[in-house]
Amino acid sequence: MRRVVITGIGTVNALAADVPGTFEAMRKGDCGIGPLAFRDADRLTIRIGAEVRDWTPEQRFAAGNLPLYDRVTQYALVAGAEAVAMSGLPADLGPRGGVILGTAAGGIQTWEDSYRAVFAEGRNRVSPLVVPRLMHNAPASHLSIRHGLTGPVLAVSSACASANHAMGLALQQIRTGGADVMLTGGAEAMLCFGGVKAWEGLRVLAPDACRPFSLGRKGMVIGDGAGVLVLEAEEHARARGARVLAEVAGIGMTADAGDIVAPSAEGAARAMRAALADAGMGLDEVGYINAHGTGTLANDRAETAAIRAIFADPPPVSSTKAMHGHAIGATGALEAIACVLALTEGILPPTVGFQTPDPDCALDVVPNQARAATVRAALSNAFAFGGLNAVLAFRQG
Amino acid sequence: MTGRAEIEQAVIAILAQQLLLPPEDIAADARIDDLGLDSLGKVEAIFALEERFDIQVPFNANEPDQPDFDFSSVPRIVAGVERLIAQRVA
Repeated sequence: MRRVVITGIGTVNALAADVPGTFEAMRKGDCGIGPLAFRDADRLTIRIGAEVRDWTPEQRFAAGNLPLYDRVTQYALVAGAEAVAMSGLPADLGPRGGVILGTAAGGIQTWEDSYRAVFAEGRNRVSPLVVPRLMHNAPASHLSIRHGLTGPVLAVSSACASANHAMGLALQQIRTGGADVMLTGGAEAMLCFGGVKAWEGLRVLAPDACRPFSLGRKGMVIGDGAGVLVLEAEEHARARGARVLAEVAGIGMTADAGDIVAPSAEGAARAMRAALADAGMGLDEVGYINAHGTGTLANDRAETAAIRAIFADPPPVSSTKAMHGHAIGATGALEAIACVLALTEGILPPTVGFQTPDPDCALDVVPNQARAATVRAALSNAFAFGGLNAVLAFRQG
Repeated sequence: MTGRAEIEQAVIAILAQQLLLPPEDIAADARIDDLGLDSLGKVEAIFALEERFDIQVPFNANEPDQPDFDFSSVPRIVAGVERLIAQRVA
């Protein structure tokens, strides 16, 4: 079985529209959450989110292509370009390269705009590009077109675990020889009126701030963005002299087969154990866990129980969602990038917004300030609605 | 004005629908936890109350003590809905 490494990363999120800016924000413990600025936000009960700020697509894309790109695709393309440039990928990968990208809501803004036109404004037709814009595979397909990748290309949708599932499947594609290089991660652009309205109904969004694992937390805060990672067979990367950032060592995927929304500590723990086993990783190797850490009562308690069921003495655990928001189907990719920060630069990104320890969440959550630490290996958790769990294990390259 | 009896009847009917019970099986002083309503049932019941009375119920599933809206029993819910209707009219 081939070893798989990360040779490039790219991102657009509420903290910054690139990796250096995101790393800097994570070092400083910045928070990307603020008042929502999109159309009709004044009709919402929840009015905060981690939006991508100052986004000017007309400056980033050719006028002829832009009508094809929902924001979810725009974020994926910008993140993908950064990752590919960092990796120095050859242009002629063709069938040896592919894309597996996660998204939960796909082109939801495009759905919203077209429905508004026909239902609310009484129009009789919508743009002929609505379908190719809104389809869940649009970001993956445009990445394949842009970078000439003609191997396996598909989208993965498993709510908040989409990006972790996508990266896990990309890992398996390379291990088993289906491709040498995969662009993978996730993209999401759910911060629009209909997207937030839908989440409001579940009564799990915080009106004030995201405070994972802290007493006084009031729920999750949605974010937008994309993270794209270049995964590559190690021998392929070494042969071309690429810089190896980290190893993607294992994936664990489980389903609770229980409640459609309530999390299960047992299902989460099984996924973490499966990732460790797949990676051949000992508990003593793990120096950092990037938590799912949504800031809801239910997740944070169940996740703490899962971690404590595995680790008698858990390593530091932080939730970067308090900085970049819960980017739903992209969040696992942003969090994988946070793990790369820990592995390559020895920086544990903090859990910002933390106020008071919760006895039900007895973990070292790296509160509010980043910390220097040598991290040999890290886990990244994702536990989705639908009872779907996907945990990645990373090692120093 | 919407009377207390009418609100109580509606609260019980909405809970009954979520619990798949006949309304007469829900006592006027029933406690919600004793009825076995799960978290999704709770938010669906609150949605139904908002639609029925054109109110906004300040309920966040992440605040166990629910400082803004007491959802612990039928009488507390009725009192909360009464208050929200009065605020709306005012």
